[in-house]
Amino acid sequence: MTQTTQKICAGDIRSASRLIRDLEDKRPEARLRLRQLFPHTGRSFIIGITGSPGAGKSTLADALIGELRKRKKTVGVLAVDPSSPFSGGALLGDRVRMLRHAEDEDVFIRSLATRGALGGLAHAAGDAIHVMEAMGKDVILVETVGIGQQELDIIHHAHSIVVVLVPGMGDEIQTMKAGVMEIADVFVINKADRPGAKQLKTELTSLLNASPHGPRDWIPPIVSIGNLYEPESFAKKTAELMDAVAKHHAHLVVSGQLAERTERKAVMEITDALRACILEPVIERLITDGELKKIVGKIQNRETDPYTEAEAIARRFLNTGKTP
Amino acid sequence: MYFSDETQKASRKLTEQWQANVQNTLKTNPDWKNRFSTVSDLDIKRLYTPEDLQNTDFARDIGAPGEFPYLRGNQVTGYRGQPWTFRMFSGMGSAEDTNRRWHLLLREGQTGLSTAFDFPTLMGYDSDSPKALGEVGKCGVAIDTLEDFLALIDNIPLDRVTTSMTINPPATVLWAMYCAAAEIKGVPLNQIGGTIQNDMLKEFIAQKTFMCPPEPSVRLISDTVEFGAKYVPRWNPISISGYHIREAGATAVQELAFTLRDGIEYVEDILRRKKMSVDDFAPRLSFFFNAHIDLFEEICKLRAARRIWAKVMRDRFGAKNPRSLWMRFHVQTAGCSLTAQQPYNNVVRTTVEALAAVLGGTQSLHTNSLDEVLCLPSEHAVEIALRTQQILAEETGVVNTIDPLAGSYFVESLTNEMEAKAWEYIEKIDAMGGMIAAIERGYPQMEIADAAYAFQRQIDAGEKIMVGVNKYATEAQHPVPLVEIDEKVGEEQIRRLKDLRRRRDSRAVSQSLADIRAACKNGANVMPHCIAAVKALATEQEICDVYREVYGEYRDPGLY
Amino acid sequence: MPERKIRVMVAKPGLDGHDRGARILARCFRDAGFEVIYTGCHQTPEQVAAAAIQEDVDLVGLSCLSGAHRILFPRVVELLREKNASDITVIGGGIIPEQDFPMLYDAGIQAIFTPGASLDSIVEWVRTHIRGRN
Repeated sequence: MTQTTQKICAGDIRSASRLIRDLEDKRPEARLRLRQLFPHTGRSFIIGITGSPGAGKSTLADALIGELRKRKKTVGVLAVDPSSPFSGGALLGDRVRMLRHAEDEDVFIRSLATRGALGGLAHAAGDAIHVMEAMGKDVILVETVGIGQQELDIIHHAHSIVVVLVPGMGDEIQTMKAGVMEIADVFVINKADRPGAKQLKTELTSLLNASPHGPRDWIPPIVSIGNLYEPESFAKKTAELMDAVAKHHAHLVVSGQLAERTERKAVMEITDALRACILEPVIERLITDGELKKIVGKIQNRETDPYTEAEAIARRFLNTGKTP
Repeated sequence: MYFSDETQKASRKLTEQWQANVQNTLKTNPDWKNRFSTVSDLDIKRLYTPEDLQNTDFARDIGAPGEFPYLRGNQVTGYRGQPWTFRMFSGMGSAEDTNRRWHLLLREGQTGLSTAFDFPTLMGYDSDSPKALGEVGKCGVAIDTLEDFLALIDNIPLDRVTTSMTINPPATVLWAMYCAAAEIKGVPLNQIGGTIQNDMLKEFIAQKTFMCPPEPSVRLISDTVEFGAKYVPRWNPISISGYHIREAGATAVQELAFTLRDGIEYVEDILRRKKMSVDDFAPRLSFFFNAHIDLFEEICKLRAARRIWAKVMRDRFGAKNPRSLWMRFHVQTAGCSLTAQQPYNNVVRTTVEALAAVLGGTQSLHTNSLDEVLCLPSEHAVEIALRTQQILAEETGVVNTIDPLAGSYFVESLTNEMEAKAWEYIEKIDAMGGMIAAIERGYPQMEIADAAYAFQRQIDAGEKIMVGVNKYATEAQHPVPLVEIDEKVGEEQIRRLKDLRRRRDSRAVSQSLADIRAACKNGANVMPHCIAAVKALATEQEICDVYREVYGEYRDPGLY
Repeated sequence: MPERKIRVMVAKPGLDGHDRGARILARCFRDAGFEVIYTGCHQTPEQVAAAAIQEDVDLVGLSCLSGAHRILFPRVVELLREKNASDITVIGGGIIPEQDFPMLYDAGIQAIFTPGASLDSIVEWVRTHIRGRN
């Protein structure tokens, strides 16, 4: 292990954050470091927090951090915000709502921009989680971009997923697509002091009752959290949420589903790695050689079709036994 | 209808002719700019005519001074009765430093006092708090206790001069100090006059000096309104502000709309919370607007404000007392219009802005000093600023007649337009469930951020000009003597606090703080207990810490 | 190899809440293609430094209009130095009289942008001074 990776395993925030940056920027040496860290990953409890924009995910994350710290857990947080499709830049503002933990050395909050990734997370999110795991963080919170219908990548990374809903912000259950409802392990109705909260809970409950459950299935509990500024009840509800999440984690372990989820993640990781190690270099080579342009031209003129070309390339690169 | 049919007909004919002439002229002599718009980006026509007032009804929409809708002013004798108050916002360093500046200003002819506090005081922290590091006395006066306050008002006749205090979350504390000081000086509460800004909604929207969340903040405000109505009848317990909303980058229409909607929110809250009728407290609600550099936009904004508020009070709230329908306001010239480059140009800007305020009928005015972009105002700079008001009042003739621009096709048309646009915003916020609901959604904050960004982009593109900055810039330096506040002010305050804590009766302090805590929890009015606490020499932060403890601290959602 | 994205932080240390300029700057940086961590107002220098390190930013832009810059800006630089993060560039803006510039430069502030500086000039400065390093 290099000095850097040693530092990361010892919990050094700067080195960890720099490695995450190298991974975001796709630096070649970053991959090597990740390989060195990999044996030290897989030990953290990963909680995903997702929900519509404006649902209060960051404020909830902040509350959970507080609760976890009370329970003496070390915490890593990945807060993801969208990159502008026009400029490529991003305004990463989630940490504003988690400021009170800024100086807690056992809390590492890292903002990530999606950089064009569409699943609600950044490309580098999975790797960033590994870095935080290697640091020895007990729990890692991953806050996704405000969820629409497609932002479901969180299911590949998190063990327990909290879906945050809020009354009156277009969260009518009927408009929620199946995907979002299915991925939730715990539901939170946030800002439950607002009008419409009871109705939302009723709708949600009846929807959950209507879904079929198998023998090992978990029925996602619904936690209603009210006004942030009623400190006692807010703290109580936060603890209730944390208990629900912890209970889910225990359920995963006992039912064997945890292994299923980590297996799912490993499958995704190897697939992604293969893509990065095989597909991308091939495409890059075709681009630099000018061959891609020629192929594209031929396809446009209908002189050939994509599959014929791809198969020919595959034969070339795979049969020779050389990796490109 | 404002003009007769014949006039309208004649106007149409002449306008057509004129339009044709314009088209001809433009062929060889085009306009020198593509767009002629206000600083808030409202497009202005080349010409306004009687046709622009087709739907205006003289009696209903314009009327007479002192009559509904009060477009032409609240006072039947206008500035002939008395000119606006020359009220210079002022505060620096220690209470003694500020007291010296106040006496200078009074000697130089200002007619009302206005207090600028430093950031720790504004935010409810004592000078010895770690959060006060580097901030004590830097942009206003440091007030930690009643003893500081007594030094501040030393030799000021509280029964003869009114004092405004720009203070928000800790307003109850500073007002309590003022009341306690008055008592000590033998002036009964029913004789002191002044204003506390005490407008928390605009803090959440724009200025960001906040402490407690919206709900309890508004509750504390209602306590001050109730206390004032009963015991301090000549005091304005709130100054509903648009100045800061504008400084944060809002357009003139947004400033107008959000300020008035804040006013509506307060009235609704007080009616819900306290057993008062609207006429019990509405006459003492006051407002505070910005006077920005576009002369006519500001005049029209202020006139529209009067008319909208009169309608709101009469129609929405059913107020019967004419004084409830009056909008009384203070104006400050726009800080954000001043430039650090070629600072002497700022005298000109402030003059035009002051003129706008006066032609808009303000009751009270602060004019910025030329050096305020760089530091606290020097004596010379503040003198020029004060003279600006005095020259306007004494030399220019603006006081000779009431609402001189009434009837102008342009001014009445733009006033109508701004009013209509403001109503749109007000209705939108109503539909959201009110201003607090709108703030929670980030609506006014985002509107302002968008407007601010758009304006900056226009500046950078040269579409809007700031003379000396993006046009007519020079290399030449025009140095202005700078006022500096010594770090010693902070050190001295810390020393005073240490000494005070030793001397005072700590049991009396704890008891008074406990009483405030109880009042917060059981709904009793906090003001009497605040007065008792400041008399026992509780510090500002000690009282504010009680509020923080009971109500929690507001957390900025960080919208941008 | 794709170019490194520039990561910057915009923060307001101290009690001053006038954030019009800071928010405009944050948006402008985003429009320039940077990743911007905006931490809002009422930050202590300790919070600013901790956040800068956690986010591995190239640059911290501090804004202060209350006159407290003389104490707060150097404090941020000092804290970064203590945590071995002196490679993070710190720039400042707000109400800062020219006579304070030498003292701030000495303390390690690398550039000061006062009212009237165009947004483009600030972006250019950042691009020039940061890109080289990456």
